[in-house]
Amino acid sequence: MTKQFALGIFEDEDVLLHAVENVRAAGVKIYDVFSPYPVHGIDDALGIERSRLPIAAFFFGLTGLSFALWMQIYMLGFDWPMIIGGKPHISLPAFIPVAFELTVFFTCHGMALTFFTITGLYPRFKTHVMDVRATDDKFVMAIELDETGSQFSRLTQLLRDNGASEVNQKEMSKN
Amino acid sequence: MATLTHQESATAEQLVVTDGARKTFITIIVAGVVILILGILAQVMGWGAEEHAAAGETAGHLGASAGHGAGASLEHEGSSTVVKRIIVSLWHSNVFFLGVSTIGTVFMAINYVAYAGWSVMVKRISEALSAWIIPGAVIMLVVFLVGRHDIFHWTHEGIMEKGNPNYDAIIAGKSGFLNLPFYLIRTIVYLAIWAFFSYKLRQLSLAEDQLGGTVWFHKSINASALFLVLYAVTSSMSAWDWVMSVDTHWFSTMFGWYVFASWWVSGIAAIALTAIFLKQAGYLRALTSNHLHDLGKLMFGFSIFWTYVWFAQFMLIWYANLPEEAVYYNQRLGGFEGHYTGIFYFNLLINFVFPFLGLMTRDAKRQMIIMKIVCIAILAGHWSDFYLMFMPATLKAESGFLIEIGIAAIFLGAFLILFTRRLASASLVPVNHPFLDESIHHTT
Repeated sequence: MTKQFALGIFEDEDVLLHAVENVRAAGVKIYDVFSPYPVHGIDDALGIERSRLPIAAFFFGLTGLSFALWMQIYMLGFDWPMIIGGKPHISLPAFIPVAFELTVFFTCHGMALTFFTITGLYPRFKTHVMDVRATDDKFVMAIELDETGSQFSRLTQLLRDNGASEVNQKEMSKN
Repeated sequence: MATLTHQESATAEQLVVTDGARKTFITIIVAGVVILILGILAQVMGWGAEEHAAAGETAGHLGASAGHGAGASLEHEGSSTVVKRIIVSLWHSNVFFLGVSTIGTVFMAINYVAYAGWSVMVKRISEALSAWIIPGAVIMLVVFLVGRHDIFHWTHEGIMEKGNPNYDAIIAGKSGFLNLPFYLIRTIVYLAIWAFFSYKLRQLSLAEDQLGGTVWFHKSINASALFLVLYAVTSSMSAWDWVMSVDTHWFSTMFGWYVFASWWVSGIAAIALTAIFLKQAGYLRALTSNHLHDLGKLMFGFSIFWTYVWFAQFMLIWYANLPEEAVYYNQRLGGFEGHYTGIFYFNLLINFVFPFLGLMTRDAKRQMIIMKIVCIAILAGHWSDFYLMFMPATLKAESGFLIEIGIAAIFLGAFLILFTRRLASASLVPVNHPFLDESIHHTT
């Protein structure tokens, strides 16, 4: 099974940003944009919803904090009570550095794993390279075509009007 | 949110301080005077006098148990409690406002050295903050010369002379650093450095407005770099001199950072709060939620930094439990019959928990109302942080709130008058700053 894409190639990020806005305003759905480096403001221009990763991060942090406090209170307070520096078995100030570290540990590992899971970045992940020049010096806007590819000529005109230096049609196999 | 591509460039904006605003500042000062008079009356009438006697006794015990004469200062205090409270409050509020005022220049200098573009939109606010440095410096010197005996234990007569009934061996050991001429020279040097570089950067900025070109920008970077090196040393040393030496026996190597963190986060809160007020009054048209977002991130981050330094200082002292160090937290946590216990925990809540949870989400940092509340909380919180640094050592159990808040309100009103006057004396947007466009198009 294959899919048809129209690829608009852009030389400049500002031209690309304007083009993204105009193409979307013309009612065309953009599949994705590929760029050699992150372009400021492209998320808003493409209308991509903000990630909900921070919410997950908060709960990972909460988990880490609870785990660290439970672990220390259980170990030093109940399982094997020890007197350290003449302090009570359960003394909160002494537990804070470990609680802080484990909060950070849980938050960053949880975030990274969540991110890999929801984006499908597991081992042997296959990328769809639309145009290899997007890894070097070109900006590529990909628009999905229907099976017949009949809108291609209309899209070519639209992309050229918005500053694309070339417009190609490409078939990608869907794995 | 506005899109990236369709924005007008910024033009010069002139702030006009309305009569209403001026009236508000005067009202703050009048309210401060009224609260101050109420506080003085309350003190003179002796409301709650029994409590004082009991707590004074505790102070004596604490001092004795720590192996030195902290309680002894009660015996050779010079002034009555009312005068003492007024002098200590003047010193307390002045150190806070002077520090916040200087942070304006520090913030600007860091942005210059880092070649930061986003902050150009709030640059004039940080410039104007330093309007308080000169009056603050004058008040500081006057209060020190007139009332030093009520603030600094080490200035007492004969405390460094062997054989004198006031002799204190520990303080005598510090006489190389804590003596009157050297102390005065240091204080004047700090204030002169801060005032000079604030003036210098302001002049360069105004010249840039008039004449344009990048030469002013490069000169500002040089001045900023030099200032930051000097400020790193002077901020730390001023913290020992002005704040830590009230607890003359006690010392902490974290103290310079601790005071700086307090000043710094309050300064950023002051800048953000002013930006919001100006925006809501129709000024700073190019200021967007993106700028607020970045200021919010700094406030969030440095509230955590303050807590980090606070805790680093606390935990080592708590763990080691050496009497000469632990007495500091003894006095604040349970000393003087728990006189400071409430404000001790309040301090942590308002300066850490509240900004941490309040500014955690992206939306919170981009909304003016939440930012406003958190800014005010941080400013009030760090004022009370300084309260906690000064009062236990100077006033023991005799500190209160009416006199202190009254004097703080007088300072606030006077500060705002000078601050807004300087804000209004130049365009709110530095029109010829080379990074102005970057700031206008800033996205977060």
